[in-house]
Amino acid sequence: MSNLTVMKIAVCVKQVPDSWAEKKMVDSRLDREGVDAVLNDLDEYAVEEALRLAEAHGGNEEGGPHTVTVISMGPERATEAVRKALSMGANDAILITDAALAGSDALTTSAVLAKTIADGGFDLVICGTESTDARMSVVPAMISARLGWAQMTFASKVTVDPAASSVSITRVTEAGVDEISATLPAVISVVEKINEPRYPSFKGIMAAKKKTIESRDLATVGVSPTSAWSQVKDAAPRPPRSAGVIVTDGGEGGSALATFLAEKKLI
Amino acid sequence: MSTVIILADFQADAATKTTAELATVGARMGDVCAVVLAPVGKGAALAATVSHGPISSIAIVESDAFATNGVAASADALAQVATAKGAAAVLVASHAFGKEVAARVAIALESGIITDAVDVSAEKVATQLVFGGSTTVHSEVTHGIPVITLRPNSVEPDLSASSAATETVAVTISDSAKKSVISSSQPPVKGGRPELTEASIVVSGGRGTNGDFAAVESFADTLGAAVGASRAATDAGWYPHSHQVGQTGKTVSPQLYVACGISGAIQHRAGMQTSKTIVVVNKDPEAPLFEICDFGVVGDLFAVLPQATTAVAAAKA
Ligand SMILES: Cc1cc2nc3c(=O)[nH]c(=O)nc-3n(C[C@H](O)[C@H](O)[C@H](O)COP(=O)(O)OP(=O)(O)OC[C@H]3O[C@@H](n4cnc5c(N)ncnc54)[C@H](O)[C@@H]3O)c2cc1C
Ligand SMILES: Nc1ncnc2c1ncn2[C@@H]1O[C@H](COP(=O)(O)O)[C@@H](O)[C@H]1O
Repeated sequence: MSNLTVMKIAVCVKQVPDSWAEKKMVDSRLDREGVDAVLNDLDEYAVEEALRLAEAHGGNEEGGPHTVTVISMGPERATEAVRKALSMGANDAILITDAALAGSDALTTSAVLAKTIADGGFDLVICGTESTDARMSVVPAMISARLGWAQMTFASKVTVDPAASSVSITRVTEAGVDEISATLPAVISVVEKINEPRYPSFKGIMAAKKKTIESRDLATVGVSPTSAWSQVKDAAPRPPRSAGVIVTDGGEGGSALATFLAEKKLI
Repeated sequence: MSTVIILADFQADAATKTTAELATVGARMGDVCAVVLAPVGKGAALAATVSHGPISSIAIVESDAFATNGVAASADALAQVATAKGAAAVLVASHAFGKEVAARVAIALESGIITDAVDVSAEKVATQLVFGGSTTVHSEVTHGIPVITLRPNSVEPDLSASSAATETVAVTISDSAKKSVISSSQPPVKGGRPELTEASIVVSGGRGTNGDFAAVESFADTLGAAVGASRAATDAGWYPHSHQVGQTGKTVSPQLYVACGISGAIQHRAGMQTSKTIVVVNKDPEAPLFEICDFGVVGDLFAVLPQATTAVAAAKA
């Protein structure tokens, strides 16, 4: 493989409802209008890691050879989330917005992202491990499958050797710890333990206002619209947990706890 | 009858209870064929542990690519078996590995996917609990065959003995599934306690333990429980990361979850909110976790837990 003097890194970020916000379903879809939207916090780690990889090999700003491009699929207002990633230090962005994409599932999302990545000539894609709204943890694996690129997911450590065009990661999941390596291009997802995302500086925020966010619709991406391959039939709020019994320990708290467990037949 | 493919789930070379849960749900939809992905020469031994649940047949696929190429190779094989069997549905355990395998199988089979189901009906309608367990959703796959990941510990498994016939199935792992190469693998450190996602009782400790998990562990042991931890505790190095409960840790849904010295941040709740009964021990009456508990003790965990441990031990004796 060629010596990668210029690394083109893509970071996939999603705008999600604020995790503190109360979420509800309207017409079998998440009501995204009624809640504050933020950059998926797990994707901040992906942006940070992309910037660190670029910086470790000469940088992506002010004459540095590498580029970090933010890619997001979402409504117009996802611009805010994209802008945040730009203010952290990414170079530019592509936002795919199309009325036909409303209500897309992971299969469509991954198709749109994969096509955009393939056309952009990227060497490396970095994702978060999970979007805090869908919580599927499938999009990075799907992008990898669609592109036929190495899947390097759940990374707690990423090392890239541009000269050898290779990447290695430490994968951390409940199944244990794996050391994995591959030749670029590759799709990476990073766990939140990997780094501490930087706060956008004032300078970064000002600079981000001038950075390019290219808007694309489905036709421009070149993916034909398909309806979602899975469908919500119905959604109902579960009864809220009824207020429990709370005792203050005056020396008998532990016994009271044991009595509760016995009454509930849990012991 | 149609065939439903389940991916047999293993830990330390033995089928997990999750495998029986997958079979139990699968049997509602058709004859269950359990797929065992094994290193060369180990298929029969692994298949022998797939001994519980309504399983009609076992398909053994042997390849060293499963250990070397992980998710991609496993998905490649599973999709091929599903196609060869004309499967009506594919069921996989909902953990990081299982979800990623399912993701790639869905692409290969051009099928819709549903993750984190807590139940699936005979009509292949999946039940999911979303938004931290506040909403119940029923959904179904409308294209291809349903590829569904099932959350461990969500259904009562049929644990009757199974003596399904085994067969060996040959597959060809594609080059594109071999692009990432695993050079070393370290299984999680296992203590003598039940596995977190499978346990019917979980006792967790947080920053309030101040690094001393002894009281949490003894209480867990009298209850026969697994031990969990908040991110504050795993980040501090007080407990292994593999025990973290929450959004970026494990999702647990036991009969009983006891949170000790854990405040109840949204990211922690995301991993335990669907527990059947929640008990909280915290010295701060304002701790948000009290809002969703069934029983709470406002008090010092170092006083409350030892007393509860003694009382539980006495009640059990
Ligand atoms: C991207 C991201 C992902 C995250 N993922 C997770 C996750 O998966 N899981 C997770 O848990 N967190 C996660 N977090 C962290 C989460 O936000 C909280 O910081 C964390 O859960 C707090 O842990 P804690 O409750 O143990 O600590 P604290 O919030 O500090 O609470 C400690 C509690 O202990 C009580 N206490 C202290 N001493 C005693 C005593 N002697 N007896 C009784 N009570 C006592 C205190 O009153 C307090 O309520 C994540 C955060 C981010 C940003
Ligand atoms: N609509 C989207 N636009 C860009 N990236 C996305 C989108 N959806 C998911 N991703 C990426 O895929 C990761 C996993 O998402 P998910 O599979 O939905 O849990 C996220 O952390 C993002 O990096």
